[in-house]
Amino acid sequence: MIRALGLTLVLLGAPVAVRAADVSITLPPDHPARTLLPGPGVETAQRNCVSCHSVDYVLMQPRGDLKQWDAVVTKMIKVFGAPISDEDARTITDYLARQYGK
Amino acid sequence: MTRESAGRDRWSRRAFLLGAGLTVASAVAEGGPALGADADPVLAGRPLVRYPEKTDLILLTARPPQLETPLRYFDRAITPNEAFFVRYHVFPIPTSVDIDQWRLEIKGHLERPLSLSMDDLRKFPRVSLTAVNQCSGNSRGRFSPRVLGGQWGDGAMGNAVWTGTCLVDILKAAGVREGAVDVAFDGLDRPAFPSVPDFVKALDVPRIMNDPDIIVAYEMNGARLPMLNGFPARLVVPGWYATYWVKNLSEITVLTERFEKFWMKPGYRIPDTPCGCVAPGTAPRSTIPIHRMTVRSFVASPPTGSRAAVGRPLILRGIAFDGGYGIREVSISDDGGETWRRATLGPDLGKYSFREWTATWTPRRAGTARLMVRAVNAVGESQGAEPLWNPAGYLRNVIEHVDLQVG
Repeated sequence: MIRALGLTLVLLGAPVAVRAADVSITLPPDHPARTLLPGPGVETAQRNCVSCHSVDYVLMQPRGDLKQWDAVVTKMIKVFGAPISDEDARTITDYLARQYGK
Repeated sequence: MTRESAGRDRWSRRAFLLGAGLTVASAVAEGGPALGADADPVLAGRPLVRYPEKTDLILLTARPPQLETPLRYFDRAITPNEAFFVRYHVFPIPTSVDIDQWRLEIKGHLERPLSLSMDDLRKFPRVSLTAVNQCSGNSRGRFSPRVLGGQWGDGAMGNAVWTGTCLVDILKAAGVREGAVDVAFDGLDRPAFPSVPDFVKALDVPRIMNDPDIIVAYEMNGARLPMLNGFPARLVVPGWYATYWVKNLSEITVLTERFEKFWMKPGYRIPDTPCGCVAPGTAPRSTIPIHRMTVRSFVASPPTGSRAAVGRPLILRGIAFDGGYGIREVSISDDGGETWRRATLGPDLGKYSFREWTATWTPRRAGTARLMVRAVNAVGESQGAEPLWNPAGYLRNVIEHVDLQVG
């Protein structure tokens, strides 16, 4: 109950009251220097990917061909339930294979 | 604190000056804040960042946060709380906990389900043990061929004194009923979308009931846990990879069937082969959940790229650990593994702990010197000259080395 309430407040960006028995931290934002390379489809990739995770997750991966990135995007949708349309998924896959290809 | 001072005193004045010189040299060479990053391609370009209750750590990912401990902290047995690595799986993560309201729910196939406050938890007999917490994917960035996943260097590990309540004591108080199979552990982290699998891990009932060393820890190195390391309590499964050490623990559920949700299957699996490995680039025929840690050892000081002088002895320092049998010996080699010389082991803090080691080494000729380190545990398990490989990038335990420039 308290957990659900606490997370809701965090999600809404509302200040969480700090009482004596509270332990609270404030996480820094995503690192400003970690950004996706420019290129066709970058806005689509940016918008979809960052709804669940920072772009470091993309930047650190080994470079890969279309097959690798198609598998990654498919995993995000099928396994992690990312709400990405088929059209956006194709755009993101093409973008990643172009900018982070072998 | 006392321990740290004692450690410093063991350094000779010359060694201290050498160390100070190295710091200056590496700072100049890098022109940036990521200490040692120039010498390690896996860490190249990774900024140092400071998160709440943490000192400067190497950023792997910001959200969910994954932060790596710089290698220099592994010149001692105990990793400070503020330097301890951070790894979360789903976002959002808990950032605020009211300890008066927090409860650890013990539920499922039990005689007496419990809802434990922190005071309740502290009423059980208090136990402490020192144990290594290492991410399954530690050093994944060094796999060749490379594999997808968090591209960690070697800093997704740490060693701490964990204090808390035996899990067996809690389960006995709740009365596990006949027919219980698995116990699932869930924390306060919850994914942003309901479709994202929540991070829940499981251990089987015989595993738990036969291991009094599994604890629900509410203290880490004598202090409360940092939020990012699992405040107010986390599971401690000594000898096993950190994936089981569920943080910000909130629910323990006893089940009558095998728990095989995402983070148990297909997540965190290793090939069902004796080495947990397959031929590089190939897929395993079948897999099992990852479990006990492999033997590892590291040279933390001096770091790779340091300068040394012919004829001047220097002190090598580092740690070794395994999956819970304890380290029997650590050896170093300066001739590519042809011959090995025993290092001196530090105090024995228990079979689950980092074991400190030191060795004195004197450079004999100018050029690059490669110093290798290898450990053997109490049951004779050791480290290989060639790295093992599996598609998830787990279990890495190849013999490690540092390269020094002898002038």
